[in-house]
This record gives sequence, structure tokens and C-alpha cells, in this order.
Amino acid sequence: MNNEVTTSRTDSIYAPLPKVTGWRLFIKSVIARAYPRLIGQQREKSWLFFDIFLPMLAVSAYVFVYQAIKAPEDYVGFAVMGGAMTAFWLNVLWSMSSQLYWEKEQGNLALYIIAPNQMMAILLGMAMGGMLATALRAVVIIFLGTILFNVTFVVSSFLQLFLVFILSMTALYGMGMMMASLFLLLSREAWHLSNLAQEPIYLVSGFYFPISSFPLWIAAGASIIPLTMGLDAMRQLIFKSGPSLGFVSVNLEITVLSVLCVVFLVGSKVLLDYMEKLAIREGRLTENRR
Amino acid sequence: MLNLHKSEAWRSFRMATWLGWQIESNWADPLLFVIYSVVKPLASASILVVMYGIITDSNFTNPLFPYIYLGNAFYIYVGAVMGGVSWAVIDDREHYKTLKYMYVAPIKIQIYLLGRGVARFLTGSISVLITIVAGVLFLKVPLQLSQINFPLFFLSLFIGIIMLAMMGLLLGSITLLLVHHSFGVAEGVAGALYLFSGAIFPLEVLPAWLRPVGFAMPITYWLELLRRSLIGNVAQAFPTLVGFTNLELIGILVALSILFGIAAIFAFRWCDYRARERGLIDRVTNY
Repeated sequence: MNNEVTTSRTDSIYAPLPKVTGWRLFIKSVIARAYPRLIGQQREKSWLFFDIFLPMLAVSAYVFVYQAIKAPEDYVGFAVMGGAMTAFWLNVLWSMSSQLYWEKEQGNLALYIIAPNQMMAILLGMAMGGMLATALRAVVIIFLGTILFNVTFVVSSFLQLFLVFILSMTALYGMGMMMASLFLLLSREAWHLSNLAQEPIYLVSGFYFPISSFPLWIAAGASIIPLTMGLDAMRQLIFKSGPSLGFVSVNLEITVLSVLCVVFLVGSKVLLDYMEKLAIREGRLTENRR
Repeated sequence: MLNLHKSEAWRSFRMATWLGWQIESNWADPLLFVIYSVVKPLASASILVVMYGIITDSNFTNPLFPYIYLGNAFYIYVGAVMGGVSWAVIDDREHYKTLKYMYVAPIKIQIYLLGRGVARFLTGSISVLITIVAGVLFLKVPLQLSQINFPLFFLSLFIGIIMLAMMGLLLGSITLLLVHHSFGVAEGVAGALYLFSGAIFPLEVLPAWLRPVGFAMPITYWLELLRRSLIGNVAQAFPTLVGFTNLELIGILVALSILFGIAAIFAFRWCDYRARERGLIDRVTNY
């Protein structure tokens, strides 16, 4: 009897999985890749501390600078919002753009390509999991910043705010997916380039001050990074002095963000296909140049 | 026959410096490396410049501006030297997986780690220099060669670098025992010190209950000495340390540096022993 149970259990374990293809496979791949981002990261609670503590230090430093130079109160809120958004930028840089490079270093990339799924689904899963996990950190940073520095929000349109946030995130993570393909060809430079893309982007995208402070051509050029317009629009929608310090109207920013979403998502697909072929042709998928 | 033991410390330091420089610089061609060394610190300084310019209507003649600018510029050394020494543990253990070989080689590990910080000191020095020159040329930071107190500047810089290296060794020692959060330690400490040491705002801006943390940190006195040596009148504009003479500040800096140095040596001995005992020297986590 016991032997029969054991045999049937073994059979069920080694029974062939029902074949999944097409869009079902795509969705399963997305969920499978998003899973470790969402669940795995929440299991390691101590990560939360570093992910929240480090941006909070930077936010606090900039808030104290504003207080030292006696800036209007809304600027403190600008710094808090910018600090929260750095969590997304860092996530895109280190956990999207550089991710395929890390996977290559650890030997997982070849497995992704061998497996019967689409790389686009892997990237999308990484993006969705990362976005949701980072959103939690950003909310905590905003909450702590609001409590510690008495930030006052005056939301003019919740609907537009939601729309701007969703569009910003879609475009930003689309950009991350595109950069992941480019980083596929890099080795040690990947770490340095990600490192390099922090402060300069904080500067040109106006993470800690209104982007309208820059000349038009710099602000317009920086708008290629979705967080530039996203952050500007969000500030216009949640702070009293936001509209007067905005770069362009919120509606125009929504339009530009929508265009960026399409460009980056399509671009990521095209680039991924091209880079994958190139990397296979040049034999760089499994190389490990430290 | 070579007397290896006689020159062990010097050899460890020299080779670590060379190795550190190769790791830091040979990942790119020289032009890209120079751009990398220049862009990051300038962008970091520019964030503060833009913030200051917006609020004060570009009043760069206020003493607060050189206070912020110079404090931020010299703070580059904190991340570079302190972070560089402690990062060597992570780099060698996790990335290159060579820490175990370093342990079996005839070198002094603590001296080797200090040597690995030298390369970061060199690249940091380039960044500091460029940041200051850009401030003088484009933002009218009131720095005049004739008014610089060079002996005070070089003495403060020297003591400060030793102090930062010892703080780096202290962090590196802790990193030897950490398996999971070794990556965040140096960054977290550097970030906290940026906040508490009055690098970019006078300590008076901090809530009163947080100020003692700043007064207990040698970096606070080091940055003040550097500012005083470069632009004497800046010190008079803020009450934080105005009651101290230069000599008193040097005394405090030296005393705190010795304290941190002793703590680093003992911490390294203890952490090194524990790390060997627990088999952490060749631990690779891919964390």
C-alpha cells in the first residue's frame, strides 16, 4: 500500500508538465521573474533598512541645506519627493540595466536563453517586480520625510497624479529594459557606468530642485529621462507652489510621457533582439571578464 | 637571500597600492576614465550649487556658499579613502575571490587593505582638485593662493587622510564578519557622516539632540581646519567651532584620530580572528 502511494507520488512529480505556449508562457515567465523581486526581497527584511535608510540620509542632508539657506517650505517637500524617486532610478540602474550583466557574471544568462521563454518576458518580469518592490520603499521614504520635516501636500488632481505616476514608471522601466540590452555587451564597465549615472542624472533631472531652474534646452534634453517630467508633473500636482515652478503644463508632460512609454518599450524589444544576436555571434553571453 | 620579513609591511602596502590602481583605472581607456573621475564629483557639487543658487538668487558671495562648496569637495575623500579601504574586503572576497590567497601570501593584511585605499585616495584627489578649481573659476569661490595657510592645510590633510584610512580599516574589519550587508556598511556610514559632520551645512541646523554626534566625529574638525586653512573668514561666519583656535582643533583631531586608530587596530585583530574561526575569509554569497 505504502509502496503504491510512494510510486504514485513519484509519478506525479516526474510527470511531464502541461505544455504552456504563446501568451500563457509569456505571462508565466513574467510572473516567475517578478516573483523573486517581490517575495524574495520582502523575505529579507534587513534589505528594507538599507533601501530606505540610505536615501533618507541623502534626503535629510538636502533638506538641512535648504533649511540652512532658508528656502521656502515647499522646497523641503521637493527634496523629499526627489529622494523617494531616487529609489526608482537606483532600481532601474542596478536591478534593471545592470541585471543581465550580473546574470552573465553568475552564469544565469545562458540558462535564460536556453529556457523556452522570451527574454522580453524576463525583462518585463524584472521590471514589474522591481517597480512594485521599490514603490513600497518610496512610500516609506515619503512617509518618513513628511513626518520628520513637516511636509504639506496640496493635491490638485488625484486622477492626473495617478496617471503621471503610472506613465512615469512605465516609461522609466521601459528605459531600464532598453538599457539592460545595451549593458549585455559590457563587462566591468557596467558597474562603473551605473555608478556614473547617479549624481549626473540627479542633477539634470532635477531630483532635488525644480527642473525649470535650468535653461530650456537643458530641461528639454533631460526630459528624455522619464523621471524628469514625471517628477516635475507630480510636484505641480501635490505642492501649492508647484504650478508656478513647473517646467511645462501637466497635460503636455502627460503627452510626452506617453510618447516615451511607447518609444522605450518598442525600443527595448528591438534592441534586445539585436543585442542578443550580436552577443551570441560574438560569443559574449557566457564570457566573464573581471 | 631576500629578507622578505624585513620589508613585509612596505611590500604589502606598495603592491596593494599598485593593485588598487590597476583595478580602479584599467577598466576603461584613459579618456573615459578621466571623464568618469570628473563628471561624478562635479555633478554632485552642482546639485548643491543649483539648490543654493535658486534660493539665494545666485548670491555666491555669502560665506555659507564656500562653506558648503568646500565641505562637499573635501568630503569626496571620506567616500574615497574610508570606503576604499573597506571595499577592498568585499572586492577581494566576493568579486575577485582572492582574499584567501592574500591571507596565505607573505603580507600583512591590514597594511594590504590600507594600501588598497591609496588608489582611491589618488582618484579622490583628482576629483577634489577639479571640484575646487571649477568652483574658483566658475562660481567665484573666494580662494586666493596668497591667503592660503599652506602648512595648516597640508598638516590637516595629512592627519585627516590617516584618520579616514583608520576609519576605513575599522569598517573593513566589521565587513570581514558581515556576510549579508557588507555592501551597505561603508555607504551607510559615509552617508551618516555627511549628515552629522557639518560637511554641507553648519551643525546648528541639526536638531539639538543630534549635534553631539557631529561633535564626536573627527571629520567635523578636519573639515573645519581645511576650510580655515583655505578661506580663513569662513570660520568666523558660523558659531559652531568659532570658540576653538587652530591649534585646539588640531589637538582634537589628532586625539580623535588616535582613538579611532586604536579602535581600528583592536577591531581588526578581533574581527580577523573571528572571521578565520568562522570560515568567512573565502565566503562568497552572491548576495
